[in-house]
Amino acid sequence: MADTFIKIASVTVGAGGASSIDFTSIPSTYTDLCLKFSGRCDTVDNINITFNGSTTSYTTRYLYGSGSAAASASASTQYVGATNASTYTANAFGNAEIYIPNYAGSNNKSISTDSVQETNVSTVYMVLDAALWSNTAAITSLSLAPSSGKYVQYSTATLYGIKNS
Amino acid sequence: MADTKIVVDCSTGEVSEIELTAEEVAQREADAKAAAEAKAQEEADKAAKAAEKAALLSKLGITEEEAALLLG
Repeated sequence: MADTFIKIASVTVGAGGASSIDFTSIPSTYTDLCLKFSGRCDTVDNINITFNGSTTSYTTRYLYGSGSAAASASASTQYVGATNASTYTANAFGNAEIYIPNYAGSNNKSISTDSVQETNVSTVYMVLDAALWSNTAAITSLSLAPSSGKYVQYSTATLYGIKNS
Repeated sequence: MADTKIVVDCSTGEVSEIELTAEEVAQREADAKAAAEAKAQEEADKAAKAAEKAALLSKLGITEEEAALLLG
């Protein structure tokens, strides 16, 4: 049976934290990319994505549930999901899966994410996000970052390549 | 301590910890400001919607539960 879900690279943040986690020189040999992220930030609770160093042409629409209510919103930002913030239960991490089909193609790039937070309070979010990077360039690098602060030690990101054959 | 980013070179598997450039620091500050503004706007929109709903219920002289029954 062919290997269709292949780990490209994985990294765990060290003691100093990281303002961003960047994957560079992503090979173009796969059909899709899948990024699994277990994270916690020392300030905010979000995940923003950047492709090829570009900070423009991103749009996003997301559905979110807080435990007592559900809502949706849209924005022209690099937001793709939620993770744990500094105020959340100590040593607890949020997790997210970010899927990027046809990342090496010549159409605009769509992104779908499901992410959850983990904390012992009544309001805690799960977020389903559909985003678009309106750029036809093949994705060769991607960066995950909170809108401010750092991802803390033991946050882990693993990038997988998916082959359709 | 300077802010750093972690860079993983997928072609070699090499992981480096690199200090942010002044340009990257400035970009992050701008991103943080934009995110804070977007969050504040979202909160303001939520509050305005809740106030609008409360005003309408008050005008109709019914509770939220009664409104839900009517729409159900």
